[in-house]
Amino acid sequence: MSTNAIDVDVLRETGAGLETEEMTLNMGPQHPSTHGVLRFVVKADGEVMRRAIPDIGYLHRSIEKIAEKVGYHGFMPYTDRVDYVSAMQCNQGWAMACEKLAGIEVPRRGEYCRVIACEFGRLASHLLSVGATGMDIGAVTPFTHAIREREYINDILEELCGARLTFNYMRIGGCAWDIPPGFVKRAFAYLDRFEPLIDEYNELISFNKIYVERLANVAPVSPQQAIAWNLVGPNLRGSGVRYDVRKDVPYSAYPEFEFDVPVGTGERGTLGDSYDRYMVRMREMKESCKILRQALAGLPAGPVVAKVARTFRPPAGHVYVRVEASRGDMGWFVVSDGTAFPARVHIRTGSFAAMAAIEEMSKGLMIADLVAVIATLDIVAPEVDR
Amino acid sequence: MDAVEIHRRLRERFGSAVSADLQAADWSTCAVEGQSIAAVCALLRDDPELGFDCLSNLSAVDCKKDDTIEVYYHLLSYRHRHQIVLRAATPRPDPILPTVTHLWPIADWLEREAFDLMGVRFTGHPDLRRILMPEDWVGHPLRKDFVEPDEYHGISTRRESLLKL
Amino acid sequence: MSLINSVPETLVTAKLDDVLNWTRKSSVWYMLFGLACCAIEMMQTGGPRSDLDRFGAVPRATPRVSDLIIVSGTLTLKMALRTKLLYEQMPDPKYVISMGSCANCGGLFQLAYSVCDGVDKVIPVDVYVPGCPPRPEALTEGLLKLQEKIQQERWLVRAPDADTAAA
Repeated sequence: MSTNAIDVDVLRETGAGLETEEMTLNMGPQHPSTHGVLRFVVKADGEVMRRAIPDIGYLHRSIEKIAEKVGYHGFMPYTDRVDYVSAMQCNQGWAMACEKLAGIEVPRRGEYCRVIACEFGRLASHLLSVGATGMDIGAVTPFTHAIREREYINDILEELCGARLTFNYMRIGGCAWDIPPGFVKRAFAYLDRFEPLIDEYNELISFNKIYVERLANVAPVSPQQAIAWNLVGPNLRGSGVRYDVRKDVPYSAYPEFEFDVPVGTGERGTLGDSYDRYMVRMREMKESCKILRQALAGLPAGPVVAKVARTFRPPAGHVYVRVEASRGDMGWFVVSDGTAFPARVHIRTGSFAAMAAIEEMSKGLMIADLVAVIATLDIVAPEVDR
Repeated sequence: MDAVEIHRRLRERFGSAVSADLQAADWSTCAVEGQSIAAVCALLRDDPELGFDCLSNLSAVDCKKDDTIEVYYHLLSYRHRHQIVLRAATPRPDPILPTVTHLWPIADWLEREAFDLMGVRFTGHPDLRRILMPEDWVGHPLRKDFVEPDEYHGISTRRESLLKL
Repeated sequence: MSLINSVPETLVTAKLDDVLNWTRKSSVWYMLFGLACCAIEMMQTGGPRSDLDRFGAVPRATPRVSDLIIVSGTLTLKMALRTKLLYEQMPDPKYVISMGSCANCGGLFQLAYSVCDGVDKVIPVDVYVPGCPPRPEALTEGLLKLQEKIQQERWLVRAPDADTAAA
């Protein structure tokens, strides 16, 4: 298995007797990257890293403790902030956890609206991730393309719920508002415009020789390592493990839709390298478009929200619900003690595990590769710190 | 394998350290004695038929009225597609549990988070220090009796409400 | 005889203060200090649809070359100390836009134990942009207000206190 990792000791021996010293560099928490406030203490020998120690907590906003203060309904806007790049799926996770605690069933139209919202959110998130990957390794232009496409998705979601980024669209028992008239037509028009663009981006960057050289063979992760480190979502699928919560633990209306689960195959380098993870995201965008077309075409009639008491008081117990967020399986662990306020909420996110795995994955990489690894693991600070 | 069978095997091997009740659900829960949790997890991971290769979640819950802190371990098996939840209770004044970092590398950070926010100490952990709060923070914020400090390094944590006229 | 009628039409006369301020306000370089959700909206504002570059505001990575710090997102106590350091690393004259509710006053995270309620507890703020997150149009207006503020400054008058410029 070939990697780009460099054995520094071998390099030193052949370095014509040069005396070198290990430097300790600080990367972050403010840095020109979209991933948020993350900090790495990098012990490097020249350009090659020996260790990159992550330091997190710069965006720890105590969201889990706030849940105990604001109650079940009041917590919904806070779930947007858990992963603001794709907020709809976080809304869904919380709503599903509460519905499971109390045994509430969501009407079918509500489930379809949720799927439409979540898949548009997934498109927006993957666009940002792909654009940010390009920007981080030096290709600045794809980022503006991605931002432009995100603007159109923001318009569509703004029609749906009034907000561009932190939606607060879902409620316990369904969705807050129904689909406005003309929405389906406009959404289809957007999908017709967007799907050929994915191929255009592939031509621009994904199959570009420089791009491939920068990402292939960088930090490969074997399937067993990926599972042991609890990598989820495109990170896990990039390593070849075919697991998607929408298919394996089906929830909401996903059983009614046909879609594939793209998996990394080591096509340009090693299985589980950065290029695999990146291509899984590109392919997932196509799959999301497929799901969206089916959902928009098959919207059933009916209400979008079930009747739920104003003071939501679920019976005592605990529940662990997983949704397939853009960054992987997001686990919502909610403990209720029978009162109107949850006793404990814990959100186990994909980026937390990815951040933990970076220390191991980055041994022997160059500092520029560290940036590529963070970008292809699609780490965002709010998921890490909550 | 369903949860009843997994529970039966655990009872067979560990006897009274694993509680007799199994709360059945899609994520069935059984209580395990605090000090045996590492051994139970080792069996769950290493036995080829059980094969729990992933620690999906580790959460500490403050049960003030029972005077315990409960730590929930959500274990998932990608190989066999089954799952189980273990619950280990520790006394609230001095919560100590054995670590499972040697079994699943992700437990390193999950246990650090439980220590930082709830104060649970894990014996055998390679590097148990704060992860989300600043290093010089005092107190464990997610505890029910946590009192917010008035200031931190000269920055006051109180803000006058703008609505006061 | 009035000077105005004897100069060609291609000549413009203005006060030196105004010209100086016009050049300064038309080239406000902001530091990429995206903390949380507002950072995404800041990126969208710098994007193709509502372009900040047409006002001369380009993003810079380091504080050493930037005039403006747009604090976009929630400031935690852990980050507040670093924010002060970054602000001190910026050369004078420097400006601060506090973008979003969290940077203004803590926003919806005022209930949190780890959040600094407002960036003005650590650094002085020039313009507050409300919103959660503010739309690109709102941030653009915030930048325009800052430009108005810059236009009012007077640098060429000797101030009583020689160290600071009169505003």
